[in-house]
Amino acid sequence: MALYSEKVMEHFLQPQNVGVIEDADGVGEVGNAKCGDIMKMYLKIDRDIITDVKFETFGCASAIASSSMATELIKGQRVEDAMKLTNQAVAEALDGLPPHKLHCSVLAEEAIQAALEDYRQKQERNKE
Amino acid sequence: MNIYADNAATTEMSEAAINAMTDGMRNWYGNPSSLYTIGQKAKEKLEEARAEIAGIIHAQPREIIFTSGGSEADNQAILTAALNGKKKGKTHIISSAFEHHAVLHTLKKLEKDGFTVTLLPVHESGLVRPDELEAALREDTCLVTIMTANNEIGTIQPIAEIGAICRARHVVFHTDAVQAVGHLPIDVEAQQIDMLSASAHKFHGPKGVGFLYARKGIVLQNLIEGGAQERGKRAGTENLPGILGMTAALKEAVGAMEQHNTHMKKIRDYLIRGLSEIPHSALNGDAERRLSGNVNFSFEGIEGESLLILLDQKGISASSGSACTSGALDPSHVLLAIGRVHDVAHGSLRLSIGEDITVQEADHIIEATKEVVAYLRSFSPVWRDLTEGKKEFILK
Repeated sequence: MALYSEKVMEHFLQPQNVGVIEDADGVGEVGNAKCGDIMKMYLKIDRDIITDVKFETFGCASAIASSSMATELIKGQRVEDAMKLTNQAVAEALDGLPPHKLHCSVLAEEAIQAALEDYRQKQERNKE
Repeated sequence: MNIYADNAATTEMSEAAINAMTDGMRNWYGNPSSLYTIGQKAKEKLEEARAEIAGIIHAQPREIIFTSGGSEADNQAILTAALNGKKKGKTHIISSAFEHHAVLHTLKKLEKDGFTVTLLPVHESGLVRPDELEAALREDTCLVTIMTANNEIGTIQPIAEIGAICRARHVVFHTDAVQAVGHLPIDVEAQQIDMLSASAHKFHGPKGVGFLYARKGIVLQNLIEGGAQERGKRAGTENLPGILGMTAALKEAVGAMEQHNTHMKKIRDYLIRGLSEIPHSALNGDAERRLSGNVNFSFEGIEGESLLILLDQKGISASSGSACTSGALDPSHVLLAIGRVHDVAHGSLRLSIGEDITVQEADHIIEATKEVVAYLRSFSPVWRDLTEGKKEFILK
């Protein structure tokens, strides 16, 4: 199907890092069912390194592929590097998304940011 | 196994239609407006086709105008009734909330020009209620336009009852019968229809051709100005190959209609029973009063576009009312009109089966859909919230 790039189809048909991390250090959920896209990201972080990441997504093929790609991009990265992940980077790594699907990559960026923010807040609380 | 289950979008052309079209292209290339023999031969073919189509819907040949398809016919019918009404000071139009966009967008345009439009509710069943139509009629109503069968959920409207009400109140009644012609018996006399739109590619004819039936006495407004073709009501050299293809396809569809409907209804109900086994799913639209080829389901916790692409991977071509399939923000206006909330409307699947579908193919569709829905739910955060009781199920 020419609707999506081969890369998008690859990540949609065989998404990487699907699932849940029960004892996650950071969890982020963005989107809403009304709009048709929800992404939830789970992070496991050890000494500032993202050692594991999993996602759950309700949404179209490009939302699922964007989630998969975003998790691949940040896996093994330092937290401060993962914070710099942009939606453009996700879309580029997928060899592009159709214009009306770009919001899926934005959602992936936001989900990662939300999970990292959750991690940061938990760290703060632990300090106190 | 490849199964084309999107016949409401378009159909495969029949052999009869392809043969009639090639015959038209090879042998009847003359311009029907030319006075020499080659032109007059083409004219003869054109008029034969017109008479054939008129006969099928119980109309007179002069009441049939060939168009580029259903959308053009809808536009012309609605603008005709609106402009003719306006001359008499009548600027109120009644329609339904789940009409095709060719109707709804034309009505939107008329609203900007000062017309008032009442959209009747279609309720959970996806059916217009004649008593509600009767109550909505006003002194200044110039048109009632209600589709014969809905394109997404296949529900069949009480056309004869609506026709009788409109006739008694002297209001023009138009019906978009794009999904019905060739699939349901149409009798414009008995059903008291004043105008009707049809499209060839929905009944195994070619794309880019359709027709508008307008009862004698209705003065049509032109959308396309130019030559005197189609009694001066639709300019442009006639698409004779297309018209011949459409006529051959319709003749064949109508000839086998009963037999096709009996078979398709059986498979349709088999599919409905099979898909109903998927937990937290629901059939959209009335179970009985629907086209024999239409199955439309909502599955909670998943999104329709990913469902379609995974079904495509399994050889099944279908469609969905999800916003993601069209690039729109909102899901199908049809599903919203029957009261489905956004979350559930996004997770919809429309199967519009063909006449030659087999039980084996239906089994494959059921199995594939069960598998794909379960797979998508396995990593859907919405489904997790529903199953963990953090959110209430909408579909039981």
